[in-house]
Amino acid sequence: MRLRPERVVWRLARPYLGRLLGAGLLAAGTELAGLALLATATWLLVSAAGRPPLDTLTVAIVAVRALAISRGVLRYTERLAGHDAALRVVTEVRARVFAALAARRGSAAQHRAAQNSAGRHSGDLLSRLVSDVEAVQDLLLRVLVPGVAAALVGLLAVLGASAVEPLAGLALAGGLLLAGVVLPALAAMLTRRTAARVAPLRGALAGDAVDLTSGAADLAAFGATRAALDRADARARELAGLERRTAALGWAVDGLGILVAGATSAAVLTVALRAGVDGVLVGVLGVGTLAAVEAALALVGAARQWTRLRTGLTRVADLLTGADGGPESPDRRPPDAPEPTVGIGAADSEKVAGRWHCRVERVRLRYRRSGPPALDGIDLDLPAGSRIAVVGPSGAGKSSLLGVLTGMVRPDSGRVTLNGVDLADQPAERLPRIVGGLLAEAHVFHASVRENLLLGRTGATEEELAGAAGAAGLLDWVRQQPAGWDTVVGEDGGQLSGGQRQRLLLARALLAAPAGILVLDEPTEGLDPGAADRVLASATAHAGPDRTVVLVTHRLSGLDRYDEVIVLDAGRIAHRGSHAELVEQSGWYRDQWLRQAGAERDHLSVGS
Amino acid sequence: MSRRRRPFDPRLLHRVPGARRHLGLLGALGIAAAGLVIAQATTLATVLAEAAGGHLDRVALAAFLASVAGRAALLWAQGTVAARAAATVKAALRADLLDAVGRRGPGWLSGQRTGQLATLAGRGLDALDAYFTGYLPQLVLSVTVPLAVLARLVFADWSSALVIAVTLPLVPIFGALLGWQAQAATERQWRRLALLGGHFLDMVRGLPTLHLFGRAPAQVAVVRRMADRHRLATMKTLRIAFLSALVLELVATLSVALVAVPIGLRLLGGGLTLQTALLVLLLAPEAFLPLRAAGSQFHASQEGLTALDEALTLLDPDPTTTATDPSATSPADRPTTDPAEPATTGPPSALGRPEPSSTGPRGRSIDRPGGTEVSERVAVRSPGPAGSLVGPETGSLVPGQSGGAPNGVRADGEIRFESVTVDYPRTTALRDVSLTIRPGERIAVVGPSGAGKSTLLHLLLGFVSPSSGRITVGGTDLAALDLAGWRRQLAWVPQRAHLFGTSLADNIRLGAPDAPEEAVRAAVRAAALTEVVDGLPEGLDTRLGEGGHGLSSGERQRVALARAFLRDAPIVLLDEPTARLDAGSEAAVLAATGRLVAGRTALLVAHRPTLLAGADRVLRVEDGRVTEQTRLGSGPAVGPGTPAVEETHREVVA
Repeated sequence: MRLRPERVVWRLARPYLGRLLGAGLLAAGTELAGLALLATATWLLVSAAGRPPLDTLTVAIVAVRALAISRGVLRYTERLAGHDAALRVVTEVRARVFAALAARRGSAAQHRAAQNSAGRHSGDLLSRLVSDVEAVQDLLLRVLVPGVAAALVGLLAVLGASAVEPLAGLALAGGLLLAGVVLPALAAMLTRRTAARVAPLRGALAGDAVDLTSGAADLAAFGATRAALDRADARARELAGLERRTAALGWAVDGLGILVAGATSAAVLTVALRAGVDGVLVGVLGVGTLAAVEAALALVGAARQWTRLRTGLTRVADLLTGADGGPESPDRRPPDAPEPTVGIGAADSEKVAGRWHCRVERVRLRYRRSGPPALDGIDLDLPAGSRIAVVGPSGAGKSSLLGVLTGMVRPDSGRVTLNGVDLADQPAERLPRIVGGLLAEAHVFHASVRENLLLGRTGATEEELAGAAGAAGLLDWVRQQPAGWDTVVGEDGGQLSGGQRQRLLLARALLAAPAGILVLDEPTEGLDPGAADRVLASATAHAGPDRTVVLVTHRLSGLDRYDEVIVLDAGRIAHRGSHAELVEQSGWYRDQWLRQAGAERDHLSVGS
Repeated sequence: MSRRRRPFDPRLLHRVPGARRHLGLLGALGIAAAGLVIAQATTLATVLAEAAGGHLDRVALAAFLASVAGRAALLWAQGTVAARAAATVKAALRADLLDAVGRRGPGWLSGQRTGQLATLAGRGLDALDAYFTGYLPQLVLSVTVPLAVLARLVFADWSSALVIAVTLPLVPIFGALLGWQAQAATERQWRRLALLGGHFLDMVRGLPTLHLFGRAPAQVAVVRRMADRHRLATMKTLRIAFLSALVLELVATLSVALVAVPIGLRLLGGGLTLQTALLVLLLAPEAFLPLRAAGSQFHASQEGLTALDEALTLLDPDPTTTATDPSATSPADRPTTDPAEPATTGPPSALGRPEPSSTGPRGRSIDRPGGTEVSERVAVRSPGPAGSLVGPETGSLVPGQSGGAPNGVRADGEIRFESVTVDYPRTTALRDVSLTIRPGERIAVVGPSGAGKSTLLHLLLGFVSPSSGRITVGGTDLAALDLAGWRRQLAWVPQRAHLFGTSLADNIRLGAPDAPEEAVRAAVRAAALTEVVDGLPEGLDTRLGEGGHGLSSGERQRVALARAFLRDAPIVLLDEPTARLDAGSEAAVLAATGRLVAGRTALLVAHRPTLLAGADRVLRVEDGRVTEQTRLGSGPAVGPGTPAVEETHREVVA
């Protein structure tokens, strides 16, 4: 078993080793207190049976009471210390994981797009990473700390027993080795083997469940429900059968543990009696052995836990060591490209204002090798101040084109240039100030409206804030809120209506006001037609004459004010021209235009 | 916040009778285990008492070893039986849940329930493992062992028995009291903890946005700061939460001390034998052990109990309706399950990940309140003459054949809607619709989205039944027909066909599982799918669905058409087959659609004017009312007050 992920955690945990060791010592103290309580009580009873004077027992009586209290107190402090240390390490891991993700501009968007094209829920991968980080906490609290404690208790117990009688110490060591090393290893192996057999079945069953529920209508309409049910049921039975068989083997380890504890105790008793150890101490040895071996048996559970944690730990370690082969792993960076600097450095003072001429040259992009191309040879010329609209059926590559324009996604071939310089050669911290706006995967943070808007431009003044919000049609709503700009918007804007959320995103994009190109991906989605037209017009006007606007939209109304409309289809430019030209030609654009015009007139006539 | 659950749900025994035997066995094993605890302590006390005098009592030692071996065997048996119980219950509940989908039909499923069912029947029920193998056996032992210990101690030394009998109830009492205290304390911190704990996820999810604005690197420090504040807040809560464990531990260990010291003193006075004294000392902690173990397993078992509760609630007929027609309840009327609030995410899980609960925050953080809107709320049967539609789908294994008309189902008869109204929980989808579909007619259905076009098709498919009025086929009420037999006359091309996790060939064979390879290939050709099949890595054997090969919307739609071709049914129902397609796919799908409807009765919900070309008649659905237009706007006006509609239509079709 390679311990690479554990080594990664170990490196991160190093500054907190003192605290972790402290927690381990406290855990060992807890176990020892329990062991000593039983041993002392046994000593007390066996000694008392010999009717010595009372004062010889006083110490033992006090010790029994003190140990009884200290065990609970030690446990309490141990748990607090352990959690404190583990949470500190987790804080470190979170920061490192985030830094690793932050250093890869594009990877997140690329992951997401790739997932979407594979039909999975976007964000699953990233959400899973968040829970993987918590595996680190479990590794420390449920594996490392109990492991340290069990080792210390075992060592001290063997030393104590050996001091009384070396052979008894040997017998105890043998039992502890079985209970604390052999059985946990066995348990881990069985858990691994079971998981390897059960996991694929569980995955298949989950797929069956999705098919039977999401595909319920298809199955019913085609009379195939019964057959599909039978298949799923057979799979559930197979899984149940496998679980029954593997359980018998797994629980045998736990049974063996009890047997080892009892047998070790018996062996220690026999050895001690044969060696002529004093009767009082024999009792202490017998009871102490039982307690010590039972403490070591806790490692069986820890080993199982460890085995289950490894998948998540490996993913975290891969990310932190750059071994996950992410789409933006360092080897894909051209050798002459400058390393991205962290934070906002010297480039901040560099002027980005001015006119930016952008060209897209023969850009191709494919998210999965076997999948269809998302972009298939796109050429575009965007002089400063131009107004370009990109339309087309869903899946045509509109959002991918914006991804490439903003540098969030790297094309497989071809390039995007800004005033003749390749986008990939722009310093990472400078690019966002030239190209930016509103992308499809825009996220609203669980923070105030102000914080969400200022993300676009940190130093924006109150006037700029109000200007952008006004242009996006958000200002009235903000003024109506009791908390105004400090209204908290909920998880991903969950407290906002769809329209308000969209306006917030648009206001943020307008406030960011990138110097060269403002991209807007469906900026008026979720707004009613009248509001959509107003907001789009005011947002376009807000961009000013020097800034290029690239608009992706499914609504064709208002596009007559754009210089050029690009119709994408399957990653290629199917048609291009002005709105007036495209409406004249038969094709997707004209169909769509007529339909939307009709639907909106319907809408108006129904409303009137 | 979180509902407190009973440790055992009695509904389980009714739902899964097979579990009774396992649970009975667990009880018997628990009693045997308690006996062996007594035996082990008694024999060990004897051995130790003899050893104090320097003698090795071989008989007692052998008896001790035997009782240890017995305990080992019992632990193994308990674990195995518990795991078997878990496996049995899970398999039975899975079968029941999935069967409910098949029995109650797609109308029963709403978007929310679909997800809940899929999760539960998939991995959700696996949470029962921890409940059955971890918690339940300890629960049994926490009853049998203390009772056995007390019984033994009453005989051995009644005063010690008294001490234990008094302190033992303190464990559950203190546990509950401190649990409430900790919960109240946590609730005060809940919002703060949730906010801090969710921050990392929020930031990770928002990474693309941070990148776009060049803010990602600057945010690293914020993430660290917030994670640190989360730690501090968590520790503050844990200091209170762990107090309960501290008190329970103190009760247990102090009662051992309370027992040990007096008996030591009485030994000194000669009022007690050493063997009895040792027996008391060894048994006292055993009385507390299972109670504390059950307590520490309690949190880990909650997720399983929640899954169990959800499953049983879904399966139970709703108490507010009659048992004979359980599907008559709408999803909106069922407040019993609320997936937006996973019950495991009560206050205890608000802590970073406090011991021993290990499930809370993950579930919570991935959930998004006010998240995805259910796009298509499939109709739910309303109370009405729907009896036969609810019945099991007997005979649905038989592949669809166009020739046979079993159970008197006549596909060549007229289909008539007679004053059909369909009420959904919040809206009325169709109002007083009457129309006739003659055999061989091709009818296009147009209208704004949400007007009730799909409901027309769902009525014919039997997914929805009329709230009032009726539908007849060749004069027979559809509700009186054998649903499976009737559906065999239909081929359906939905807006978005589901791709199943099997091969492409099996996906196409959905309605004709025994169709030979040649027939499948013919359907592939007819649906203009040949090129797509050739492009796939394993051709027709390529696996689709979740985790399999993805297809574009156009390809997916053509798979649905191929299904319909292979089904070879006399009536085809098409629901906007080209709604989501790009120009290239649309042409291919249109051509294939034309071939499919040729010579059949067809009801075609049309989104694009191009689809109207081959239609004999056009129906317009608006606001639940259906109006008929003879041909291309040349007929009578649609209705007073809607000239715009008519004009638009002419323009679209022209």
